Amino acid sequence: MAIDNAFAKQSIQEHFGSDLLGHEEPFGLLTIEINPEKLIDIVGWLYNHPELKMTYLTDLCAVHYPEQSGREIAVVYHLHSLPNNLRVRLKAFLPVAGGHIASLTGIFSGANWMERETFDFYGVQFDGHPQLKRILNMDEMDYHPLLKQYALEDETREDKDDRFFGR
Amino acid sequence: MVKLVEAPEGLEGQGFFATSLDKVIGMARANSLWPLPFATSCCGIEFMATMASNYDLARFGSERLSFSPRQADLLMVMGTIAKKMGPVLKQVYDQMAEPKWVISVGACASSGGIFDTYSVLQGIDRIIPVDVYVPGCPPRPEQIIEGVLKIQELARNESLRRRNSDEYKKMLESYHIQTS
Repeated sequence: MAIDNAFAKQSIQEHFGSDLLGHEEPFGLLTIEINPEKLIDIVGWLYNHPELKMTYLTDLCAVHYPEQSGREIAVVYHLHSLPNNLRVRLKAFLPVAGGHIASLTGIFSGANWMERETFDFYGVQFDGHPQLKRILNMDEMDYHPLLKQYALEDETREDKDDRFFGR
Repeated sequence: MVKLVEAPEGLEGQGFFATSLDKVIGMARANSLWPLPFATSCCGIEFMATMASNYDLARFGSERLSFSPRQADLLMVMGTIAKKMGPVLKQVYDQMAEPKWVISVGACASSGGIFDTYSVLQGIDRIIPVDVYVPGCPPRPEQIIEGVLKIQELARNESLRRRNSDEYKKMLESYHIQTS
């Protein structure tokens, strides 16, 4: 059997069943919504699977959906199987900003800085991370700037007349 | 052909020349400014062209770049300064010995430029005093040279007492820079 999206989806579905909350395939990329509490189990299982071999973490980030109350923050994981050239995207939704999810640093060392960045910009708490502190913004910053309630523009600038900037 | 700087105004006679100390020191300072390039982005590339043979800033006595702030006279800030970089820039300025001048090259260093965002310092004059602003995004090397010539003019005409004046100390204190 070819190792493709259908195979990966079927394998995960058989093994995890109800912890798989939904799936889609935008632009041919298998995207699976998972139960955040089972993150470590699912990623570890994909890593150690004898055929899927999802041993590479391409990206880890978050998205803020302020209009979805109860599932505001999506933490997104991109996994890549190098031998099969197959990619899987996992999404775990957290109820509010500042929500907790397990750290992947036990499986992928490369998750360390990516989780720090996600914490820095979205305030996601990664439980079990060895050093969860800001990585890109200045240490004195007291908010998580990519949450949608905060303005992108610098609030201290006085020379900009809003009328000329469409705001 | 070697071109010498003209002597300042003064009284000249056979075997002597008298002028004021201000003018002699001003002339010497203006024509031997040691710049410290603080280049963080594309304005820094223009500065490299300014220093290279086509535009040759060395013609104006700024041959010797100083990469130690302690030996530099002129801090040239060229490029976007992120807020996280702010304390670094301020420390570099602190470490420079008086007299010191600052030139802010390009839109980003002068005002934040197009980066009107939470992470970028909206002009370096929020943390250190600036003597000359060079507009442009990025400015051409000719403009950077014009800025350096303006600094030379300031250095040439500066009173020797200026850096000890209360006005100057107050100005530094308004930037929370310690004066000894």
